[in-house]
Amino acid sequence: MSHVIDDTRPIFVQIAERIENDIIAGELAEEAQVPSTNQFASFYQINPATAAKGVNLLVDQGILYKKRGLGMYVAPGARTRLLEKRREQFYEQYVVTMIREAEKLGITQEQMADMIQRGVKV
Amino acid sequence: MSKVVEVRRLTKSYGSVIAVNQVSFSIEAGKIYGLLGRNGAGKTTIMQIITAQLFPTSGDVKAFGEAPYENIRVLSQICFVKDSQKYPNGYRVLDVLHQAAFFFPHWDREYAFALIKDFRLPLNRRMKALSRGMLSTVGIIVGLASRAPLTIFDEPYLGLDAVARGIFYDRLLEDYTEHPRTVILSTHLIDEVSRLLEHILVIDQGRLMLDEEADALRGRAFAVVGPAATVDTYTVGKEVLDRELLGGLVSATVMGNGNASDRQQAEALGLELAPVSLQQLIVHLTSGKYERKAVKVR
Repeated sequence: MSHVIDDTRPIFVQIAERIENDIIAGELAEEAQVPSTNQFASFYQINPATAAKGVNLLVDQGILYKKRGLGMYVAPGARTRLLEKRREQFYEQYVVTMIREAEKLGITQEQMADMIQRGVKV
Repeated sequence: MSKVVEVRRLTKSYGSVIAVNQVSFSIEAGKIYGLLGRNGAGKTTIMQIITAQLFPTSGDVKAFGEAPYENIRVLSQICFVKDSQKYPNGYRVLDVLHQAAFFFPHWDREYAFALIKDFRLPLNRRMKALSRGMLSTVGIIVGLASRAPLTIFDEPYLGLDAVARGIFYDRLLEDYTEHPRTVILSTHLIDEVSRLLEHILVIDQGRLMLDEEADALRGRAFAVVGPAATVDTYTVGKEVLDRELLGGLVSATVMGNGNASDRQQAEALGLELAPVSLQQLIVHLTSGKYERKAVKVR
């Protein structure tokens, strides 16, 4: 995933996705502290209110939680829940799209299975 | 949230020319606003009225809850940085800083001198001998170091190169984070500043076209590309901002968030969807090809 913010989607959503990615990759462990809103704002050169909105989105979903006076932390079980969510998205985003494109190009299901085998070995 | 500026049905005309036409909006405390629009759209006129440098033809303007005219309580809280700023004869950069220290109650002298270093500005040079870019830099430094509760930057970067503009955006964001205040940034360099903005006002031909949270506008429109007839079938009943021909293909910019049903309908027709950036959206809204009903007066 790119580290550049793009201007075609809400920035707060992109900030939330970055934090999710870091949790999934294990870079942000459960009970680890998340960078502050101001750190996000200065790193990505975005409005602090927008960064706060992204962080709060994950607080609302129970992925992050607030320790009063200390900052935001990754909630226990956050990674497992994010993985479940992303696996569902994987089907929609990649599998469905792949099948459509394969149909367009006349690739059979067997050929597709072969390609997946080949891809796994790389 | 408290309102720093309230503009109601503001109109300014010069003879038969209507520069600002029934514009209403409010500015909330502690946010960075973008006042966007093409040259001559009426942005500067609106800011001049808010800062009591022009009288409105009709309508009502309040800043910090009061009428701004000859009102020192209001005007001492506003810093208006504009590219046409005039300085007294013989003034040096240093004199401008002294004057600003006298006028702005929240002036931060140390910060001003730190900015002079950042921008590599010669302190003792006469204002008359400064290059266009250096003049702009003086305005930017005054605007930042004034720490005014309402700071307005009207196209503040004439003659500034990309590096200096970058320093400006960095410092603005940094200082705003440490000292939250209300900022209005009037510009047509939308791509450069859009990430800094929390709220966007778009003015076109004297009218208010948009008054919305910046992030809510991202992903608000999308483009569909395909054969002309198919695209036209798809866009029936949709709000089309722009329609462009590319050989036998048409690219139409459509209002909507490109959600699952938009996507499925487009795919069923064999059309491709592409995202539209905030800058592209605003360009389409103000290109004059598209007549959108101006935001209703509340």
